[in-house]
Amino acid sequence: MSVVVRTVARIILPLVLIFGAYVIMHGHLTPGGGFQGGAVAASVVALLVITFGSQRWKRIKGSLSFLEDLGAVAFVALGFLGIGYTFFRNVLAGTGGLFGAPVPFGPNPGWLNTGGTLPLMNWAVGLKVIAGLGAVVLMLGLFGGGDDW
Amino acid sequence: MIGNLPFVVCMILIGLGLWTLLSRRNLIKLAIGITLIECGVNLFLVTLGYVERGVAPIYTYTQPGVTMVLPTPQALTLTSIVIGMATTALMLAFAVVIYRHRGTLDARKIRELKG
Amino acid sequence: MNIGIHLPILAIAVPLLGAFALPIFAKVHKRLRDMWAAAVGAFTCAMVIALAIQVLSTGVVVYTLGAASPTQAVTQGGFPIRIVLTVDGMSAFMGLISALVGLASLIYAFQFLKEDQGKTLAMTLFFLLWAGMLGMEYTGDMFNFFVFLEVTSIAACALIGYRTWESRPAEAAFKTMALYTLGGLLVLLAVAILYGQYGALNIAYLSSRIRGSQLDKIALGLLLGGLLMKAGAVPAHMWAPDAYGEAPAQAAMVLVANTQASLYGLWRVLFTLFGGALAAPAVGWLVVSLGTLTLLVAVLMAILQRDLGRLIAYGAVSQIGYMLLGVGVGLVALASRPDFGLVAMQGGIFHMLNDAATVGLLMLAAGVVRRATGTKDLTALGGLGHDLKWTGGFFFLGALALAGVPPFNGFASKLLIYESSFRLSPLLTAIGVLGSILLLAVFARAFQGVFLGPRLRAAQSPPVGMLVAMGLLAAVILAMGLAPGFFVEHLVTPAARALWEGRDLYLAAVLGG
Repeated sequence: MSVVVRTVARIILPLVLIFGAYVIMHGHLTPGGGFQGGAVAASVVALLVITFGSQRWKRIKGSLSFLEDLGAVAFVALGFLGIGYTFFRNVLAGTGGLFGAPVPFGPNPGWLNTGGTLPLMNWAVGLKVIAGLGAVVLMLGLFGGGDDW
Repeated sequence: MIGNLPFVVCMILIGLGLWTLLSRRNLIKLAIGITLIECGVNLFLVTLGYVERGVAPIYTYTQPGVTMVLPTPQALTLTSIVIGMATTALMLAFAVVIYRHRGTLDARKIRELKG
Repeated sequence: MNIGIHLPILAIAVPLLGAFALPIFAKVHKRLRDMWAAAVGAFTCAMVIALAIQVLSTGVVVYTLGAASPTQAVTQGGFPIRIVLTVDGMSAFMGLISALVGLASLIYAFQFLKEDQGKTLAMTLFFLLWAGMLGMEYTGDMFNFFVFLEVTSIAACALIGYRTWESRPAEAAFKTMALYTLGGLLVLLAVAILYGQYGALNIAYLSSRIRGSQLDKIALGLLLGGLLMKAGAVPAHMWAPDAYGEAPAQAAMVLVANTQASLYGLWRVLFTLFGGALAAPAVGWLVVSLGTLTLLVAVLMAILQRDLGRLIAYGAVSQIGYMLLGVGVGLVALASRPDFGLVAMQGGIFHMLNDAATVGLLMLAAGVVRRATGTKDLTALGGLGHDLKWTGGFFFLGALALAGVPPFNGFASKLLIYESSFRLSPLLTAIGVLGSILLLAVFARAFQGVFLGPRLRAAQSPPVGMLVAMGLLAAVILAMGLAPGFFVEHLVTPAARALWEGRDLYLAAVLGG
């Protein structure tokens, strides 16, 4: 791709990643969450594949699938965290620890440090979707083999 | 009447998808047809949750006394979109594999499996 | 942690965890991966069996995800908001089928799959498919059912088509994926219609509210269409021979169990979800006629096949017809409640277990043939019985059981179907018997063509693990053939009764009171 595309890609790349991270991080407060944020962040891979060609990113394929497995395992493991009560029980909510602050009553801007296991699950899903969707885009690029621009 | 418009659009989308499936022979277009049907069903789900003059169901933002739209159909739609993404990706991957082996995407020309 | 109350979710979550952790273990060492897979498989089977014992001794088991206690399915107002797993006799029975098939498939896979041909991938997908099947069978929530249905669709199609170095699997997988997705979307549309009317997704709650309005009937039609499409009944059977023929043997038999999970969904919809509103004989007659049509078309198509895999595939489709026939007769009889309805249901449901074991055995034997000779073309095969004695014996056993020859298990279940459908219409029985006879002829010819005759080439006998997997299924077939009464009494009858008259118990277990 031309120098213009490459330069613009370099500039917007961190912005896209930050926006994806924001959507994941605020998943328990605002519309969004693991999948949506992950899909936004995974568009970085599409950007890279289109701008620089897929062959160049061939070697990150293995680490992407590893990260995807890790996200999925983390998600199921977080489900098992509540097995003292039931599977998927939100045991961290309201305990005062990480993400354990009590939710204030009435209209408020939303506090990040609430939600218990939900934000953690969002991160697990986000990791899985970034890696999984990225791997899908990369694989389709590699399959096509068309790096001739 | 105007409130029923989204449902009409759903049915049109589903009908278009079915028509694509029946009339087209290109594998990519078949995948597009499936995706169209999926869009229709997703729209149907999300429309079900709409409450007249409702606002986004964010509990901590909403002032008291304001109606919110139902959040459950939105969660269902999201799940269905995720699933749809996986199926579409898988179908496109199979289409790419078929193209690499047979050099065509025409469903009539790739029929090796018969009977 | 008291493991006894968490059995339903453990049976689903453990294979899911097993699937996702498998590639990570495979990166460390291949042997570690195999040990992990064996441990997860054994644990899942233990959970399923323990759950079945629990259900059969104490009644319906309810498990609420995310609640303070597993039985707390409804909130104060009697309204279920959480995802609920509900396991009654029928679910437990289906779980046992899935566990049996999954275990045999896993044992077979260890030595059947080749390391350089995506063994890790195939095992990962198998565990996903297994978790999805068990989820479909244990869930008590319509949307959750749809999600697990799609999990099985995606995993199944990936299992059919993961061998990207050949073109035929991809073609079969594309076709299957298109039909599976279409079926899944019909189910989703029906779920959306039900949600729009009643504002709930819980099967028990919906069942207590459904009164049979026009929209309900549309939803029932969509559910019937979608689930029958996934079960491979005529006229939506065209994916089945391609998929079973092209998938590797150990995956093909899990696909058969997957079609049965879809059939289970259909039974659940007909008897529990719509049990209070639409016990009309018309729906029963529809199921019966689709069943006989499936049976006839599949058997006739089986005669034409030249490929061993596709021949067995059409045999498998024809068995779906017998199940639809049996349970359909039960549904027709449900409205007027004559006694032969329950017998028909027993036959249809017993046949699901028989079919899983016999078709699985045939597919595994065909896999051995393909592995030894590199082909499944009936015209190119012959005389393999000299080298593959055990495999030939297993194939013979499976063929006899599939065709319903006494004293094997297929005869026991088909007899129940025949004697009850005769009371409804002798024509149905005649078609069923005709199908069995033709099936016997087809499989006798296939056995004779593949295993008998002069030795054409030397064939390498299969490793022990594959024989053990086939032996497991053969032992189950023999046990069910020798003591059908025991199985009918302790496994099939509770399952049939759960559908036939257990709707009130199912509703009470979830909604309370």
